[in-house]
Amino acid sequence: MEIVNTQTKIKRADIFPDHFGRRKFKNNLFLGAVIFFSLITISFVFLIIGTLVVKGYHQINWAFFTQTPPDTFTAMMAKSSGKIIPGGIINGITGTLYLVAIASLIAIPFGILIGIYLYENSSKRYATFIRDITDVLQGVPSIVVGLIVYLWVVVHITRGYSVLAGSAALAIMMLPLIIRSTEEAMKMIPDTLKEAAIALGTPYYKVVLRVLIPTSFSGIMTGILLAISRIMGETAPLMLTTLGNPAINWNLTKPVSAVPLLIWQFYNDPNMVDLIWSSTLFLMGFVLILNLLAKWIAAKRNL
Amino acid sequence: MNENNINTQPAILSIENLSIAYDKDKLAVKDVSATIEKNSITAIMGPSGCGKTTLLRAINRMHELYPNISTTGIIKLSNDNIYEMSTIKLRRKIGMVFQRPNPFPTLSIYDNVVAGYKMNDIRLKRSERDEIVETSLKDVTLWDEVKDSLHKKGTFLSGGQQQRLCIARALAFKPDVILLDEPTSALDPVATAKIEDLLVDLKKQYTIVLVTHNMSQAARISDNSMFMYMGELIEYEDTKTMFTNPKDKRTEGYLTGKFG
Repeated sequence: MEIVNTQTKIKRADIFPDHFGRRKFKNNLFLGAVIFFSLITISFVFLIIGTLVVKGYHQINWAFFTQTPPDTFTAMMAKSSGKIIPGGIINGITGTLYLVAIASLIAIPFGILIGIYLYENSSKRYATFIRDITDVLQGVPSIVVGLIVYLWVVVHITRGYSVLAGSAALAIMMLPLIIRSTEEAMKMIPDTLKEAAIALGTPYYKVVLRVLIPTSFSGIMTGILLAISRIMGETAPLMLTTLGNPAINWNLTKPVSAVPLLIWQFYNDPNMVDLIWSSTLFLMGFVLILNLLAKWIAAKRNL
Repeated sequence: MNENNINTQPAILSIENLSIAYDKDKLAVKDVSATIEKNSITAIMGPSGCGKTTLLRAINRMHELYPNISTTGIIKLSNDNIYEMSTIKLRRKIGMVFQRPNPFPTLSIYDNVVAGYKMNDIRLKRSERDEIVETSLKDVTLWDEVKDSLHKKGTFLSGGQQQRLCIARALAFKPDVILLDEPTSALDPVATAKIEDLLVDLKKQYTIVLVTHNMSQAARISDNSMFMYMGELIEYEDTKTMFTNPKDKRTEGYLTGKFG
């Protein structure tokens, strides 16, 4: 009788013993911690954007996008009479776009070609070597890139600070990102697609041009946009290569300004402090849009 | 090996003493000789790793994509040695359809059909192109299903439709021979039945060589069957004889499900 009783009376506690409650508690504790820390991380992003908007928005007007910065005396007069600082950062905006455009022209073809090479010959020793070197290049501090370009381009080629030197420095920084993203995007293409093209009697270089590149286009594009948004804020290499320019310049061999360079100049001039925030807001907004665009393209990937 | 002269129709392909090795010493195909007759369906059967896919790929030299391959022997396509032709020309004469449907994801249905022309920069008049697309899609009985969405991406189609699209893409070049590598193994029974009907229909115009894991499929649609085992061509018969009265013990064992 005793034995039968103990067997028939199965309590909930037998199936879910005591430690089940403890597990649940631990689980919730961990979940709570994860949410807490991720909220802190997210809030930093919003705090940064929020601060920039609050401090910078009143400087952003038509003149901000169409005029060059004022001299320090004008800025001081405006400040002391309680007005916003006149002028804008058009020389920085055009300079940044110019530098990025030239850098992309240099880096994108090289990057894509090297990426394709790495994908096609992934196990060859030379490819492994290039891949390692690419990783090293990605780790080179930007100031070092700036110094080297100063030595090679500024001193010997353009004989002075120039757009070309700045673009060369930025291109070197873009290269590893484009190489790796091209290779990764191509790796996502199923081999069967390549075979389909080859089975149609397509010569190999056309398989690359007509199948591999179009199919991995969104991946390559994402990589390019992320690389651009990465180099847009670079300041150190530009200080050593393009220096800055108070006016708009389209001459490749002459110095040019850039938004991050202007931010640094404003920082060093107590009368210009207000322009820091609006310039930073502009830079941040631009980079943010590029990032969102990259994410959107990546999400539309149709593989 | 038995003599493989079972043909009633004129031969279009003849394989002569073909051996294919990976890494110099691993023989995937051992001294295979066979002739494939025109306007027939030839099924290649055998257990996994018996070399049937390698043999099929050797017919349009796709096996050369694998690293460290060495090939001896010859294959003749109506008296031309395919190993002396350019692969580009050869592959236009011998089309291929793969195990998994692989339409080009960046191209529309229309462009997928004429992909062979587009990739090779062969310029066609619009009317010619339209005609190729229409006849190729009609040949694979896909026309009625897609004629209103020709400019949608090919990847929106169902698996069976995609596979028929891939067959249409292979047909667009008007090849002599079509090679199919387990074309229905990724498809459901209804889509499979459609493809099988289609293949039987297509043999009026083309010669079809098909690798299949599915013995009943071979029995249903093929005219001649090859049985391969460990890289050797064990038996090559007309399908009825092979399924009712196999000559070799190994063929019988495979067909009755004792191994494979």
